[in-house]
Amino acid sequence: MQARALPIRRNDVRARGHAGYVAFVVHRVSGIVLALFLPAHFFVLSRALSAPAALDGFLEWTREPAVKFAETLLVLALAAHLAGGVRLLFVEFVGWRAEWQKTALAIAAGVAVACALLFGLSA
Amino acid sequence: MTERERAGARGTLPVRIWRGGADGAFQQFDVPRRASQTVLDVVVHVQRHVDPSLAYRYACRVGMCGSCAMTVNGKARWTCRTHVDAVVAGGMLEIAPLSHLPIVRDLVVDMAPFFDKWAAAKGQFTPTATRRDPFAKVAPASPARRAIDATIECIGCGVCYASCDVVGWKPDYLGPAALNRAWTLVNDVRDGAGVTRLRAIATDGGCQCCHTQQSCTRSCPKHLSPTASIAGLKRLVAHAAMKGTL
Amino acid sequence: MIDATLAVRDESLRAVRYAVWRFVLQRGSAAVLALCVVVHLATMIYAVRHALTAGAIVARMQASVAWPAFYTLFVVAVAIHAPLGLRTIVDEWLGLRGPVVDVLLACAALVLLGGGLYAVASLTA
Repeated sequence: MQARALPIRRNDVRARGHAGYVAFVVHRVSGIVLALFLPAHFFVLSRALSAPAALDGFLEWTREPAVKFAETLLVLALAAHLAGGVRLLFVEFVGWRAEWQKTALAIAAGVAVACALLFGLSA
Repeated sequence: MTERERAGARGTLPVRIWRGGADGAFQQFDVPRRASQTVLDVVVHVQRHVDPSLAYRYACRVGMCGSCAMTVNGKARWTCRTHVDAVVAGGMLEIAPLSHLPIVRDLVVDMAPFFDKWAAAKGQFTPTATRRDPFAKVAPASPARRAIDATIECIGCGVCYASCDVVGWKPDYLGPAALNRAWTLVNDVRDGAGVTRLRAIATDGGCQCCHTQQSCTRSCPKHLSPTASIAGLKRLVAHAAMKGTL
Repeated sequence: MIDATLAVRDESLRAVRYAVWRFVLQRGSAAVLALCVVVHLATMIYAVRHALTAGAIVARMQASVAWPAFYTLFVVAVAIHAPLGLRTIVDEWLGLRGPVVDVLLACAALVLLGGGLYAVASLTA
């Protein structure tokens, strides 16, 4: 039996403007982006690399600045989801210390941005 | 107002207060602004001097009972411990009932679902000893007792429950307070509920629903951390599942 | 008045175990993916910094059995992790839950598994 949904008030953005919540939003949005990207990624890999002619055409396309930028954003999404996820695994299975939380978030954000920059600036 | 009250006023403060049920609306009042005024002072003033039909709850008015919890400028707080000066935004105060609980009228919510979930999480002590048994010896410095001590002071005010977005998105979610209390009992060597409680907090609406947003920890007026308690429950549940003891 | 106690009491032990195993699989696959993604990010950054052509990447992937083994593990972990994550989002933000949703997401898992393994095979054949 499901509990009935009763008319209630809900929170708005004023209750959400703190670091832990922002981390949640980043993790969820990056997860959605990656989940939507993956089927396309698998398709492109299987097509572009089993058909050599299509491969060259594809490579030309990926050299366009807009595509490079999109790739960098994807790398950022992947790195952010990884860093945030590792933080969560730590909190849930290693332990929670209140004084580590802000530091953990800062480290996660730093690692994600560093990866994206390493990729984006070399591309 | 008495002559003395009029003399102490420092201008007026516009206040929007929720009136009616879930389909109600904000009503604006102008309240004399005074030094060291709390949000509860504002609500009491409106009900006593402006509109006696305003419904609200309070009891101790000194930050001990949690009865006066309301949503103030978007955040759940104890109104008796919230100074107007600390929260006024854009010269305005907005007071609404707690989120995620059915609204009875105006600023009063029905706390029954909150306590029903507390019971559903087996948030009550299950004794194993009788009066003829000696006292249990619990070392205060043991990790289990320290885990309890860190989070036992919950008075069931509902602020964490109102602050948690997962509670709003998933009606079945037991919520931070119920799970926090379950954590204290899981760590209690005298308690006999054992796997029954673990199963109670591992349901579809159980501890796995927490996304570590930490809104509960941030808003708790007693500075408890339900997030930490729920993380502990997740560990226990996962280990029990993998050992086959769930 | 909400009766959350009834909602929880009716839930059978099977439902509890299903919920807990979803959690264990999600976190377990996350741990595997943590390692896989670190390697994947490292290889991507290496490839881009050394301006490797696609042909060069494919040659390296075919040079050792470790690469197809690694990417197979990666694909399996993703096929478990992503649908479970989407299940939560669909439940919380779209309010959709129940057996139909679970079946659809199981199909999504199979699509990811099939597509991913096919991609790995294409690269390493």
